[in-house]
Amino acid sequence: MGQSKSQLRAAVRDFYEDYAAILDADRVEEWPAFFTEDALYQVISRESHSQGLTHATIYCNGIRMIRDRGAAIRQTAVFEQRVIRHFISNVQAVEEGREIRAGANFLLIESMYDSEPQVLMVGEYIDVLVRDGESFKLKQRSAVYDNYRVRTTLVLPV
Amino acid sequence: MTLSNSISAEERVWPELGACRVPGWVYTDPELFDREMEKFHYGKTWNFVGLECEIPEPNSYRRSFVGPRSVVITRDEQGEVHVVENRCAHRGAPVCWKQSGKGKDLTCPYHEWTYDLSGNLQGVPFLRGAKPYPGMPREFNKANHGLRKLKTHVHNGTIWASFADDVLPFEDYVGPEILRFINRVFPGREIRLLGYSRQHIPGNWKLYFENSRDPYHATLLHSFFTTFGLYRADAKFCVTPQPNGHEFIYSHFTSNTREASADMAAEMKNMKSNFTLEDMSVVTPVDEFKDGLISSLQVFPSIFVQQHGNILALRHILPKNAGGTELAWTYFGYADDTEEMKQLRLKQGNLVGPAGYVSLEDSEVLAQVQRTVSRAPDSVQVIEMGGRDNFEPSETAITETLIRSFWKFYRSEMGFDGAAA
Repeated sequence: MGQSKSQLRAAVRDFYEDYAAILDADRVEEWPAFFTEDALYQVISRESHSQGLTHATIYCNGIRMIRDRGAAIRQTAVFEQRVIRHFISNVQAVEEGREIRAGANFLLIESMYDSEPQVLMVGEYIDVLVRDGESFKLKQRSAVYDNYRVRTTLVLPV
Repeated sequence: MTLSNSISAEERVWPELGACRVPGWVYTDPELFDREMEKFHYGKTWNFVGLECEIPEPNSYRRSFVGPRSVVITRDEQGEVHVVENRCAHRGAPVCWKQSGKGKDLTCPYHEWTYDLSGNLQGVPFLRGAKPYPGMPREFNKANHGLRKLKTHVHNGTIWASFADDVLPFEDYVGPEILRFINRVFPGREIRLLGYSRQHIPGNWKLYFENSRDPYHATLLHSFFTTFGLYRADAKFCVTPQPNGHEFIYSHFTSNTREASADMAAEMKNMKSNFTLEDMSVVTPVDEFKDGLISSLQVFPSIFVQQHGNILALRHILPKNAGGTELAWTYFGYADDTEEMKQLRLKQGNLVGPAGYVSLEDSEVLAQVQRTVSRAPDSVQVIEMGGRDNFEPSETAITETLIRSFWKFYRSEMGFDGAAA
């Protein structure tokens, strides 16, 4: 594609930061647009992932389940108000044919009423991207969290 | 009247009216928490510790918990299952530092004392000393310094343990009705482990026990449930207290439970009758047990077993301290599941767990209950739905009979019911 390794990494980093920005801004309605129609999105514990187990804390097979997750958060879930901030670092990306294998570290800080901000989750994205014009779409995103335990509740997508 | 948590145990008096009243301090007092662990988790109870498929082969082991105490589940060379406390008899270091592994023995990293997989002490480095200097005294007998062995019972792929040698036989402890529902999901079919999700809930362990024996809240708080007819106040229920602190609940799932009667719908403000899913397979279970039931049961004091549609999940309730509980979710299926069933279980897995469509509200609520109650330990909660003195099974979800039954049992066991402890 005539793109150097650092150009590709910079482009993927932009994409990741846009993804994080809409979630941090509580614009979950725009979140499904980051995925392909046949995308697999999952948030899975390191414990399960390292043993090759399939159950994921959040498991969306296809864009319809991804949209359902976003809609359920808005329409049925009852939870305490919170602000989440994503911190994404150490972006990696390698182009292999029509796909890009990419990943990054993530850190999610959660702030809530009458308590100090806390680390909600830390882990890594293991992704497969495809090109979409000037940007990308996620064909697969596994958010593998290192936490032994989720801190109270996982409400919003990672 | 005091706002302090430091009232001594002797001064605690249960509010009048008994099991339909719950004092705030029962969730917050660290001394009471220690007494509960001694009485229940380390006492004459059977505690769930794991599944046989988690230690599938001879010479394999895995860590688990009984109450806050770390234990190791092992399978020895002959295939026999053991549960031992994960505490070296020498200096108290954990002997097992891995979540799971394989090996013929457990060696404490601190001084390399070695135990076989049933907990017998096998080797002590420098037993006879670094010559010419003496080692362990002559009277030191390895047979007296094994790991603490728990009484262990394996039932159709599930593993249970007790610190008490004189605990009732497992079948008698759970009773015939609970056993029937355990056997419904664990009929002896080979189990396939699907995975784990764990969450830490900053709330007392009893709050979680009450929550999962409270079908009243499930029809109201969990609007996702109600919206898709998965669990509805207008369905026919069987809500049944059992001896020894156990319970079971089942209800009939039919697609037309989605059509609520108008007066029921009016009571359920959270019901979103217009909300729908694009992928309805998440809420469209296959009737794999051929009885049309959704069922759950609790075996006190450690486990909630749930069959919700095609989700088979164990909620392992692990008290950490008076104000904190780990909820360890283990998801499973059967070794002979079809590809379609595997996919259904994964998809429906979204319903429960730390991010579950019908469970995320529980940890949200319980964290806040703990916070408010810890600031008002002398406050008193009211458990009257269905009748103050009603401890009978219920055919409606709108009942608190299981919560009252829990407190009746608890008060009796802990000596809060006026009788001698």
